[in-house]
Amino acid sequence: MGTAAETREAADAARSGKGRAGRVRSMALRWDTAVGVLLVAVIVVGLGSTDGFGSAENLAFAFNDIVEVAVIALPMTLLVVAGQVDLSVASMLGLGSALTGALWNAGWAFETIVPVVLLAGVAGGLLNGWLVTRVGLPSLAVTIGTLALYRGLASVALGSDAVTDFPDTYARWTVDTTTVPGTFLTYPVLLFAVLAVITAVVLHATGFGRSLFAIGSQEKAAYFAGIRVKRIKLLLFVVTGLFASFTGVLFTLRYGSARADNGLGFEMLVIASVLLGGIDFDGGKGTLFGAVAGVLLIGVLKNLLTLNDVANEVQVIVTGLLLVASVLTPRVIAAVVGRRHRRAAGTPS
Amino acid sequence: MNQPAKGPAPAPAGPVLALKDVSKSFGAVRALHEVSLSLCPGEVHALAGENGAGKSTLIKTLAGVHRPDGGQVLLDGRPVAFHGPADARDAGIAVIYQEPTLFPDLSIAENIFMGRQPRRGLGRIDRRAMHGATAELMRRLGVDLAPERPARGLSIADQQIVEIAKALSFDARVLIMDEPTAALTGAETARLFSVVRTLRDGGAAVLFISHRLDEIFELCGRVTTLRDGRLISCEPLAGLTEDDLVRRMVGRELAGRYPKQRATVGEVALSVQRLTREGVFRDVSFEVRRGEIVALAGLVGAGRTEVAQAVFGVDRADAGEVRVNGTVLRPGSPTAAMAAGLALVPEDRRQCGLVMAMSIERNIGLTGLGAVRRRGLVRRTLEHDRAADWAVRLRLKYNRLADAVGVLSGGNQQKVVLAKWLATGPSVLIVDEPTRGIDVGTKAEVHRLLSASAADGLAVLMISSDLPEVIGMADRVLVMHEGRLVAELPCRSATEETVMAAATGLAGRTAP
Repeated sequence: MGTAAETREAADAARSGKGRAGRVRSMALRWDTAVGVLLVAVIVVGLGSTDGFGSAENLAFAFNDIVEVAVIALPMTLLVVAGQVDLSVASMLGLGSALTGALWNAGWAFETIVPVVLLAGVAGGLLNGWLVTRVGLPSLAVTIGTLALYRGLASVALGSDAVTDFPDTYARWTVDTTTVPGTFLTYPVLLFAVLAVITAVVLHATGFGRSLFAIGSQEKAAYFAGIRVKRIKLLLFVVTGLFASFTGVLFTLRYGSARADNGLGFEMLVIASVLLGGIDFDGGKGTLFGAVAGVLLIGVLKNLLTLNDVANEVQVIVTGLLLVASVLTPRVIAAVVGRRHRRAAGTPS
Repeated sequence: MNQPAKGPAPAPAGPVLALKDVSKSFGAVRALHEVSLSLCPGEVHALAGENGAGKSTLIKTLAGVHRPDGGQVLLDGRPVAFHGPADARDAGIAVIYQEPTLFPDLSIAENIFMGRQPRRGLGRIDRRAMHGATAELMRRLGVDLAPERPARGLSIADQQIVEIAKALSFDARVLIMDEPTAALTGAETARLFSVVRTLRDGGAAVLFISHRLDEIFELCGRVTTLRDGRLISCEPLAGLTEDDLVRRMVGRELAGRYPKQRATVGEVALSVQRLTREGVFRDVSFEVRRGEIVALAGLVGAGRTEVAQAVFGVDRADAGEVRVNGTVLRPGSPTAAMAAGLALVPEDRRQCGLVMAMSIERNIGLTGLGAVRRRGLVRRTLEHDRAADWAVRLRLKYNRLADAVGVLSGGNQQKVVLAKWLATGPSVLIVDEPTRGIDVGTKAEVHRLLSASAADGLAVLMISSDLPEVIGMADRVLVMHEGRLVAELPCRSATEETVMAAATGLAGRTAP
């Protein structure tokens, strides 16, 4: 244990801000719990106030309705923890959908279409990752560019057409009317749950996950510790591209409609969910539980507002306010705690 | 406790700035306990003490960052209450930090006159007046720096000069220098000292903090020593020895400043052949054997850190090869270097050595994610136990291993970096400035650790600008000058003079 002098050192450091970072971090760790609690509270309020909210049909619909956002939020959480972001995910969803439609029109078998679409996702992720890791551009700038690029390619692939004549063989497994017997879980939601558990284990219980936190909080130190920073980032972008293109197929089947503009603006919902869940946009902090709670909270709120006949525009505003609040609240708390701490220390700030 | 000469020694003139029985607590922690200090015009006053002794708190109290809980701050003999650093600055108190923070894209003159530039009509900045005033300040300091030069690219030494010039422009009467020489070369330190003497002779009071005892003796007239927040002594330096001062600081005798153990020198562990990075270093070849501590000396900027980083693969070399235990390393890959048994404790521990926001145990675990795994998953108990084991072996001082590593003192942070790398079981350890900015006690522990590791068969390459450390620790001394290896001195013929002569390019080329 520390000596008196050492305790003083610790107190010194705590005042000088590094300790505050530690407190903010533990706050972020509690923040995800808070979002979980908020989610439960909203569900309880929903059950009490809104007729039909608790029915199995509605719950199946509510969660299935945001399943693409939820699936993309998983790799996005890993990216943001590693200090990166991918804004091109919704465009990749659109490209996946458009490719599915175009290839189906061209008479391809659905079993062949899916691997090709997934391959396109991998290629898109590789391009993002290559530009970030090899060319050294910031991921925000790169993926704003590929956001436009992939959406453009989607339009090239399918134009403004919509392809709707998909067979029911696959589609019926994706809709909210087919549930795992005896539950309100749809198969896409079940798949999401499995993927979420895997992602949580990867992020929180493997060396790979540990290195993501290191890269996100101090990339240089991670590199000096022998962590393959570039390779890991590249891999994250590839996995994100893969997941995004997969949601393109899923979205197409669920709505029975392939369009180039499917999932327009979803990237904002994904990022909002991740940030709402307490993943620090500066990297290095957060839990997957928080991100999942964040995405489910957005889904449940959206459903509740719809059931209560709140206009779509207002829903968008609510989501936006929620996001601002989620980013702001931890900082306000940190500032208040910090000020109280300084006052206790008798230091004029 | 034996407290020689407590209370201020007779001052040459009335103090311009003084602390009288100042106490300061943070929560339950008493950082300063009834400490007195007086700074007189025309003196350079040293402040000595280990990390955590209360030096920073004392400086911050003088600089108006902290307000004392008890006691008084006296300016020209009258009690004052500073409500912030701006008050202290207006009272003529300036603080020069170890690493100044200038605006890199502004010129020297703009940095000095930030926020109070001389104006012409319509609020336009009068560049000519500003540059003239800057040139005048530089002339007073006896330094040749062009006012229009951008701050980016200035050496740390030059940046400090700019800070001092800024202090002068405020008519500072008290200059507080917090470890200003930690990152300076010998020549830069000498220039800084001559600037400080100029200021002293002009009537300024200077408070000088340094971990390098020889500098305190060279520059200062009186020394105030703190330990655990208490005033231990205030006395003239004349008549004191370095050992006296160390005893005051640590409160005990430090047995053997450089505890070099005897080690059997084994086979070659690290072999570097004609390593070259264009424009940085060229044709660097050397070997380090098991059990050996080889020092790599030279001036800052000679290319030592760059060689170490190229050997470890952080930077890519343009030519040459590195062998570890006979195997050629894949260039440009720290991961490969690590796997081959190489470890690097980098110079910049805050940026490269540690992930500051991560816990102590996770930082130690970061290099051994394979070792704390069971069935593919990281086991927190394994990680914790491994960290706890190393914390004991390195006598780390901490509250909890789950605390962010950033809350530790510099010396303890360095121990964590060492633990992180020793835990990989390396055969070659490269340490870059292993004791910079570390207090005397911890420094001795780091030396003991390096020496013991070498005795256990580790090959150690130690980059250091601390000449006594180089002479005291190394079996062989390699000296770099302007990107080339210019000398190899065996332990017995290496003295501070011979190393310095080679480092400054004076000595004949005696390279192998």
